[in-house]
Amino acid sequence: MDIYRAHVLVCGGTGCSSSGSAKLIDRFNDKLAENHLEKEVKVIRTGCFGLCEAGPVVIVYPDGTFYSHVKPENVDEIVSEHLLKGRKVEHLVYTDHATHEQNAEKKLDDITFYKYQHRIALRNCGVIDPENIDEYLAMDGYKALEKALTQMTREQVIDEILKSGLRGRGGGGFPTGLKWKFTYQSQADQKFVACNADEGDPGAFMDRSILEGDPHAIIEAMAIAGYAIGASQGYIYVRAEYPIAVKRLSIAIDQAREYGLLGKNIFETGFDFDLNIRLGAGAFVCGEETALMHSIEGKRGEPTARPPFPAVKGLFEKPTMLNNVETYANVAQIILHGADWFAAMGTEKSKGTKVFALGGKINNTGLVEIPMGTPLRTIIYDIGGGCPNGKKFKAVQTGGPSGGCLPESLLDTPVDYDNLIAAGSMMGSGGMIVMDEDNCMVDIARFYLDFIVDESCGKCAPCRIGTKRMLEILNRIVEGKGEEGDIEKLENLAETIKSTALCGLGQTAPNPVLSTIKFFRSEYEAHIREKRCPAHHCKSLLQYKIDPEKCRGCTACARACPADAITGTVKQPHVIDTAKCLKCGTCMEKCRFGAISRE
Amino acid sequence: MKSLAELEAIRKATLSRINLRTEGDNGTRVVIGMATCGIAAGARPVMHAFMDEIAKRQLSDVTVSQTGCIGMCRLEPMVDVIVPGKEKVTYVHVKPEMVPRIVAEHIVNGRPVDEYTIGAAE
Amino acid sequence: MEKMISLTIDGIAVEVPAGTSVLEAARKAGVHIPTLCYLKDINEIGACRMCVVDAGGRNLQAACVLPAADGMNVKTNTPKIRNYRRTLLQLVLSSHDKKCLTCVRSQDCELQRLCKELGVEDGDAFKGAMNEYEIDDVSPSIVRDNNKCILCRRCVAVCSKVQGIGVIGPVMRGFKTAIESPWGLKLNDMACINCGQCINACPVGALHEKDDTAKVWAALQDPTKHVVVQPAPAVRAALGEEFGLPMGTSVTGKMATALRRLGFDRVFDTDFGADLTIMEEANELVERVQNGGVLPMITSCSPGWIKFCETYYPDFIPNLSSCKSPHEMLGAMAKSYYAEKAGIDPKNIVTVSVMPCTAKKFEAARPELGHDGMADVDIVITTRELARMIKEAGITFEKLPDSDFDPLMGQSTGAGVIFGATGGVMEAALRTAYETLTGETLAKVEFHDVRGTAGIKEATVKIGDMDVNVAVCSSTGMAAKLLDSVRSGEKNYAFIEVMACPGGCVNGGGQPIVSADVRAEVDVRAVRAQALYQEDADKPLRKSHENPEIKAIYADYLGKPGSHLAHELLHTSYTKRLKYTD
Repeated sequence: MDIYRAHVLVCGGTGCSSSGSAKLIDRFNDKLAENHLEKEVKVIRTGCFGLCEAGPVVIVYPDGTFYSHVKPENVDEIVSEHLLKGRKVEHLVYTDHATHEQNAEKKLDDITFYKYQHRIALRNCGVIDPENIDEYLAMDGYKALEKALTQMTREQVIDEILKSGLRGRGGGGFPTGLKWKFTYQSQADQKFVACNADEGDPGAFMDRSILEGDPHAIIEAMAIAGYAIGASQGYIYVRAEYPIAVKRLSIAIDQAREYGLLGKNIFETGFDFDLNIRLGAGAFVCGEETALMHSIEGKRGEPTARPPFPAVKGLFEKPTMLNNVETYANVAQIILHGADWFAAMGTEKSKGTKVFALGGKINNTGLVEIPMGTPLRTIIYDIGGGCPNGKKFKAVQTGGPSGGCLPESLLDTPVDYDNLIAAGSMMGSGGMIVMDEDNCMVDIARFYLDFIVDESCGKCAPCRIGTKRMLEILNRIVEGKGEEGDIEKLENLAETIKSTALCGLGQTAPNPVLSTIKFFRSEYEAHIREKRCPAHHCKSLLQYKIDPEKCRGCTACARACPADAITGTVKQPHVIDTAKCLKCGTCMEKCRFGAISRE
Repeated sequence: MKSLAELEAIRKATLSRINLRTEGDNGTRVVIGMATCGIAAGARPVMHAFMDEIAKRQLSDVTVSQTGCIGMCRLEPMVDVIVPGKEKVTYVHVKPEMVPRIVAEHIVNGRPVDEYTIGAAE
Repeated sequence: MEKMISLTIDGIAVEVPAGTSVLEAARKAGVHIPTLCYLKDINEIGACRMCVVDAGGRNLQAACVLPAADGMNVKTNTPKIRNYRRTLLQLVLSSHDKKCLTCVRSQDCELQRLCKELGVEDGDAFKGAMNEYEIDDVSPSIVRDNNKCILCRRCVAVCSKVQGIGVIGPVMRGFKTAIESPWGLKLNDMACINCGQCINACPVGALHEKDDTAKVWAALQDPTKHVVVQPAPAVRAALGEEFGLPMGTSVTGKMATALRRLGFDRVFDTDFGADLTIMEEANELVERVQNGGVLPMITSCSPGWIKFCETYYPDFIPNLSSCKSPHEMLGAMAKSYYAEKAGIDPKNIVTVSVMPCTAKKFEAARPELGHDGMADVDIVITTRELARMIKEAGITFEKLPDSDFDPLMGQSTGAGVIFGATGGVMEAALRTAYETLTGETLAKVEFHDVRGTAGIKEATVKIGDMDVNVAVCSSTGMAAKLLDSVRSGEKNYAFIEVMACPGGCVNGGGQPIVSADVRAEVDVRAVRAQALYQEDADKPLRKSHENPEIKAIYADYLGKPGSHLAHELLHTSYTKRLKYTD
């Protein structure tokens, strides 16, 4: 067996892969071989570490040195200094946004980004090699399945999940144990378990990271679920846009079959269970459970009315238990450590942890897992490091297109399912996008609605037509063509869609509009009445002006203007013709004297 | 198809490979001086010997790591063995053939090999 | 015993069997909940959301798909719900072309009616972008105008679930969703069987028959043309509905008068053609049975079914009776036998068929259905088109006196009349086959086993010493099921009747359109069929071979059933078809 004295973990998550981590792995291997270190140091591509902003990320164990923004040319230095001579490469060590410290002696847990986190769902992400089942096994992998199959009755398993207080992490927050129980209680010759990996919220990628970083956790949990409800077949519905996740899942399923952890007579208990992957084409609506199941069946991915609920009549008309990836990622840990361990974390009605994808105007964009009840402020300022460039925080959007925007005044809200709903947003799958003073809230609402209009399945009239009409009104408003009564029209449409749409996606589609009207109504009014965008964001409402006092007549702006909207003679103050101006902002960038302003 | 016992064996074996990534500090650490002086004095074969020995015995709780020069180049190759809760023991002039004994007596059975330590050398 | 469920709807207590929807339960309580996409048993998908009710849940729910539950307290008529429904209608209107004044479905449109009932005042409240679609009018039978489509999907459900075809379905998504054929092909390039059931399901004017009335008017106007008309059996059972007469009123005499007043030179009756068909088909069956021909023999009257068989079950083509359908037979006779008798050049004869059927338009254009370069039937119009012509001509239909069809090919027996209902062809054939084979007079002419609206009916008929197994099915979905069981060897029949439309021609794609609300309460198929069975019962002659004009046509012209001339004029052949053309 190979023992290595050091492991170089290179993040192969979504963010780091796109910033070039694959090249790092090759370079490491080359350089290690050059220095004859290949038998001492092992390079491992792991799942996401979470701190995507710092990517590509490399961690060197056993000391746990956290290198950020590593470029291929930095690899030589890490090998020759750190790995060969044991001297850390200080200038590549991650700088903590919260403390502004760059401390090579610090371990991962000491970095502020990780300090408030508690990783259950992400526990193995960034730690193990996701393509090696042995590493998963070493982290107590498949022990929960063993425990469930050999020491627990089906009822005990369901009871454990019930008592843990685990709720669906896909957005709805339905108690997971109840779902299991209902499906268990359904009588049928065949039942199914299914995994919803059709993550579709803009900005959310926790499910992707779990599948990429710890695929066996999902396989193990689904097998446990299969045992509990009496299903011998499971389906993982994953979007084809997640090729790495699909590849690692396929590898993991093959390995699990090879080890007898999937298949017939698992652990010689008589329990049979196998899994299949179904690829989706990436429609947002296929995250809705009935639509997802139709898609698996090969039909058009559209929701149907419930009842009957999938627990009674789901895939292929059989009782089906569908959970989201992150939900499953908690299951084995609950079985292993017990419901009480899990229920000790979180708030009264929301137990455990939740993974959020931090994005937008925030320093530490990335993936974080925090105990339920952590205040938004902690997430945004301590973990996220606040807004970059000293800009003022304006709002945080949670719950993706189904959620809402919460203002500064609600930042002390402890994050859990019920608090977020009470505040006018929702947990959703865990996208968390921060907006600063430069973001126009009307435009933000427009962005989310635009997404919904694109992704509506088109089955029910309110979502199909209503969201389109709302978007048209918002487009008018940001173009400065808003009319008195538009806000009321939006509210009426939003109420109608919310109350009458067929599926959860339609019912929540108006939330971004409703919440921005609720908390930022004055911005809407400024657009409509004063034809002004308070955030100076909406192009149609902007005016660029040259301050004649400051203008030196250098002609740089006039030469750069693509529309020939700037006139003036050399060394004389220039003027912008607002009728011709495209509001591209080039002149403002070119002006070296700060003479051009935008309002 | 693996039996439960086989799975457990894989767990133990793999853990010994990857435990240096788990952030827990409760395992024994073998730290080898691997600066230029150490390497010149033959630290690399020593380190390999430690790694082989630990692998052979499937010790899942032991990490081997390197460190720089601590200033006593004449005593290289130097190896620190740090058992949690006990004082650090430093071995000097370590040769690969000494390694099995250090592992067997010190790391496995908790009795430092006094005759190899820095105390004996001084 | 069925489990019963008690619930309250708008304060009215009602008891319904388990599994009943809240919509149906409300109907029982006398509460009418508005619907748009709902089509009982066919399209229950909760898409239009018009039927939302407050059942106490977090959100409103669509009554059409909400199962009634014990103790449920449903509110269907709150100010909020009324406002939502109005807003929804306004949204639907915002993506509908609203060319109501010139729409074929004006005053017969479910959307129009709902807007009136729910008090929609501003049809332009949510004016915005519209999708623009090219009208698909290439098919000889069906016109699809997506600019009027409200995406209720009733057509889609009928096509796939009832007819088992599915040549149309939703494509794209969101606001761009449209009902289209795969790859954007025209209906005509798909394996559409032209049955027109989609038209009958459409609540608005997005689907309608290809209008051929102009051709008829032109022929009537042309002094050089001798225009001969014939209405199908099922037309008389439904035409009255277009003029406000109750469903199930037989209007045979008024119809003959109306056709004459429209200016047709001869008013013959397809019922005569049906009797002629029986002569040929019974003869063919007897020959196949006696000479070891291909069995089961399957009827060939329904052109929707023929195209279905040619496309989806071509291995059954040898089983199809070679007989032309009744109106084609009559058309062929009009241009030969009648032309000769009347001394008219057949080239100057225009044959017009009034059919309950849109597929007949396609059938009439089949090249094999004609002779000497002339089509047997020149123009086919549907029951609905005839009604429009009568209205346009200012004929007060309901006040018309009765009159008879013209002699030579105007007389018919009860056997011909019942062709319009599922099982009718089978019953008519059995009446004649029995007497031909046994030489005995049939004591009881009614074969009740093959009547009724069940999708598949089976009977074993004793003819002399033989036990003859027969089956009757209506809708191509049922036909597929039946043929599968024959193909697998599970079932064994001598004779099968297939009608493409559920319930047979009385419910054909060219018949007066019945709204979803009425369809939910009345079985249109049974009520219209009853009119035909009554007419059969009232006829002095009820067996095709007893028709004196039939006897005359064989004596004077054709010789005997299956003769060489009969084969030339009254029989045809079929071709295997691809599911779609490039």
